[in-house]
Amino acid sequence: MNKVSKSPWLLHYDASSCNGCDIEVLDCLTPKYDIERFGIINTGDPFQADILLITGGVNSQTESVVKQLYSQMPDPKVVVAVGICACTGGVFKECYNIKGGIDTVIPVDVYVPGCAARPESIIDGVVRALKVLDEKQAAMKKDGR
Amino acid sequence: MKPVIFVLAYLILAPFVGALLDGIDRIVSARMQRRKGPSLMQPFYDLGKLFSKEMIAVNNVQLLLNLSYLVILMIAGSMLFAGADLLMVLFILSTADMFLIMAASSDSSPFANMGASREMLQMMAYEPLTLLVAVGFYLTTGSFQVSDFLTRDYSAVIWMPGLLFGFMFTTAIKFRKSPFDLSTSHHAHQEMVKGITTEMSGTTLAIMNIAEYYEMILLLGIFFLFFVNSTWWSWIVAFVVCALIFFMETLWDNVSARVKWKTLLYSCWVVTLVAGGVNILILMLIK
Ligand code: SF4
Repeated sequence: MNKVSKSPWLLHYDASSCNGCDIEVLDCLTPKYDIERFGIINTGDPFQADILLITGGVNSQTESVVKQLYSQMPDPKVVVAVGICACTGGVFKECYNIKGGIDTVIPVDVYVPGCAARPESIIDGVVRALKVLDEKQAAMKKDGR
Repeated sequence: MKPVIFVLAYLILAPFVGALLDGIDRIVSARMQRRKGPSLMQPFYDLGKLFSKEMIAVNNVQLLLNLSYLVILMIAGSMLFAGADLLMVLFILSTADMFLIMAASSDSSPFANMGASREMLQMMAYEPLTLLVAVGFYLTTGSFQVSDFLTRDYSAVIWMPGLLFGFMFTTAIKFRKSPFDLSTSHHAHQEMVKGITTEMSGTTLAIMNIAEYYEMILLLGIFFLFFVNSTWWSWIVAFVVCALIFFMETLWDNVSARVKWKTLLYSCWVVTLVAGGVNILILMLIK
């Protein structure tokens, strides 16, 4: 009953995306894809989120924000990097202000490649993240937390 | 004996019925937007998850204040279902809200604080009408006791249709529905992150949600009082009408956009004055 994967709330952050991936993330909420059927809510509040979904690579300005958002989320939590920029830095990799993919600052659990990532693959990535979320919850229980 | 059963039923069943209604609301809303929507049990999954999450306490009073919000709402609801004084129920209801406001102002988030001040503003908007409803019941039935309303051989709504309309109008604030969901919304999106609940997470948020379910049933109980009388079939009518009113709130939520605080205040006061005031005036003249 209290499996966290049954009600994953999602926080979407744009670290330095070109907005291509963000539009696709918002697409997932539309009637055609409707991620609410999985109980997923696109919340704006890190305190209430279980999944941190990040688009775009990390630059020197968003690094602290990404770290803060991650630290404000209560355990168990997972991070999904959406788009090739968020996975590795993508076409912006060589830019002077880009650090690289999200995993250069916080641990990433699921990588969703694509430029832009299609809504289908984003949903697929989120559903894969749910499994990780359950594993983390089970591990938390084992630790007696 | 009967009041005891009613109170126990309220205390035990209200969160379940509230969560179920919330589930229905989410499905109906989704269908109105041509989506499939979550499962009916989704609010239960949400609560279960919230209780299982790691506890992040932003300070050491917020949980306590939220618990007070819950307990005081439970008291208000129990009094209504025990057939006690309606005026008292409404006063305790406002007291409960003060605890929520304190809980939100206790943390340092500017969004939560802004939500708290908006919540106070919302109280200012709906409170006059709520009091007029109590006065209306008194003028109609000659008593403030809820148990007396049930023994009259006419439904109160015959004498107070204006007040019913006004109460339906302002209940959107209490249900946290558009266009009046200024302080926090029951939807995921809000312009101030999450308003009053911004820094509430896990157990703290779950308690607040359960309290809102208690409040929802309490308000539907007041709607119930408008239609019920001494006959048995009036109970069925009241149930059906309550369901209809709930559906209309959902519909209104989906067809309207959030308003600014001034519009909220003025529209509620105008409705209070026109629908509520005129209704009370007529009641005073002919009753
Ligand atoms: S992966 Fe492509 S669409 Fe997505 S943020 Fe990078 S450049 Fe934009």
